[in-house]
Amino acid sequence: MNLEDLHVDIYRAIADRTRRAILDELVDRSGQSLFELCSRLTMKHGINSSRQAISQHLDILEAAGLIRTRREGRSKLHWFVGAPLKAIGERWPVSTDHGISNPTGEDTRK
Amino acid sequence: MRIHLTGVFVDDQRKALRFYTETLGFSLKHNIPLGEHAWITVVSEEAPEGTELLLEPAEHPAVGPFRKALVEDGIPSASFAVDDVGAEHERLVARGVRFVQPPTDLGAVITAVFDDSCGNLIQLTEQKPQP
Repeated sequence: MNLEDLHVDIYRAIADRTRRAILDELVDRSGQSLFELCSRLTMKHGINSSRQAISQHLDILEAAGLIRTRREGRSKLHWFVGAPLKAIGERWPVSTDHGISNPTGEDTRK
Repeated sequence: MRIHLTGVFVDDQRKALRFYTETLGFSLKHNIPLGEHAWITVVSEEAPEGTELLLEPAEHPAVGPFRKALVEDGIPSASFAVDDVGAEHERLVARGVRFVQPPTDLGAVITAVFDDSCGNLIQLTEQKPQP
């Protein structure tokens, strides 16, 4: 996979609310099974997608490099990998200079 | 109509009986020899006349692929109600039980999932008081 493809995959991967919730839950606890993720999405986010649909979301996140899977015992577990998201900050760096990062002078603290 | 009996498929009935009684704390209800295997059920000490759990031999050829797929995705074969998932987790870990999901607060319930060492994942569920 070349770098351009990878960029496209990151943006597509995080463009979906369910996939962002999956990443939130994997940040909360690394190494979850499909069952645990589905339980958390249903109970904490009100996302009642089928296991098959969640499995497809996981495939997209894995293709984008945002999650890794590993077998532990006889179960397949999922881990969040944040490194590919660094590409976003490198492409559009956030200036630490208040004037440059906030050219309209709008109060961004609210 | 009431739910009288449900079951889990177990790799080894004698090992399973030890785990479900000595480790988990259920009571033996029936142990009827049936040739190579036995009709073994356990019940909760809190409800000796309640639903029986059958420890069923896993020898049917469909059981292997079925359980393999469930365990791969972390799906429990049964769910048991407890008053305090955290305390049960502590008690069972001290007895060498391997948890694949530690106690997790899901809002209305707290759940945890462990490996019964007989081929199944089992969920513990604590209902939180409704506000």
